[in-house]
Amino acid sequence: MDIVQLRQRHYIDFMKSMHIENYLDDQFTQLQKLADESSPDFVYEVVTLFFQDSEKLIDNLSKALEQPVVDFSQVANHAHQFKGSSSSIGAHRVKNQCVKFRAYCEENNLEGCLNCLQELQQEYIVLKSKFEYLFELEQEILKNGGTIPTMD
Amino acid sequence: MALDAQFHVLAVDDSLIDRKLIERLLKSSSFEVTVVDSGNKALEFLGLLDQTNKEESDSINFHDDNHESKYLRDIPVVIMSSENIPARINRCLEEGAEEFFLKPVQLSDVDKLKPHLTRSSKPKQHDYYKNTSNKRKSKDECVSPNKSKMKITTDHELSAFVTL
Repeated sequence: MDIVQLRQRHYIDFMKSMHIENYLDDQFTQLQKLADESSPDFVYEVVTLFFQDSEKLIDNLSKALEQPVVDFSQVANHAHQFKGSSSSIGAHRVKNQCVKFRAYCEENNLEGCLNCLQELQQEYIVLKSKFEYLFELEQEILKNGGTIPTMD
Repeated sequence: MALDAQFHVLAVDDSLIDRKLIERLLKSSSFEVTVVDSGNKALEFLGLLDQTNKEESDSINFHDDNHESKYLRDIPVVIMSSENIPARINRCLEEGAEEFFLKPVQLSDVDKLKPHLTRSSKPKQHDYYKNTSNKRKSKDECVSPNKSKMKITTDHELSAFVTL
């Protein structure tokens, strides 16, 4: 196999593992289908927006939970937004963490929320690094004259 | 298709990611798209909002009732939400929404729009695509009681989806 084929094979395997391990779900596949000649970087652009949005939301969540008197409805709002954005891009595990988060908010459970925030941050960090790796792989494939494999 | 190119959709969502997504979904289905981030901005875009009173408030000031009546009556409205709350969905449909889509919206959902757009006797139609805020406290703000004011005819080629 030449380098392009190797990278393409690796890309497919890596993408598959992200699905199998539930980092990504079918919504991400839907997103990939929306990219075309007029919007070739659509997925990259959306994921980049997601990173920016997520970091802001994590920051908002941290600050809200640091307040002397925690406003759980405010915390729940941030978690709800995060759930929405992660759901929209198919970030399955992050989304599930957000669902858990909201449940703790409803109970006014500060400790639960704080633990959840840590887990959420972890999930986000792992997802982000996986995406970064995926994008690097794409660049390598393209640079060597190959095309990005489509996942069926 | 040639007919699709005539339809202009106004999409409203306070989530940046969802705006990006809906824009791409609609464009890849050959709609012309305008995306705004709030109900007020949507109404401003339509030229309906009295801009002398710009602060965000729960009541939306229209230019005048005649203008409003003439403009909004027949615009098909589609509601979207990330939350599957039957009571809320039914209320929207009862108040005149054509469809309800659960987020995340997919191409198959966008395909369902076309019948609503082509059903009118007018060759060009407007659908409003409006996502309500993800801030739960303002969820009802954009829909009703003002929603009844949105059922008004329009000459503009604008479509909108309303999302809760």
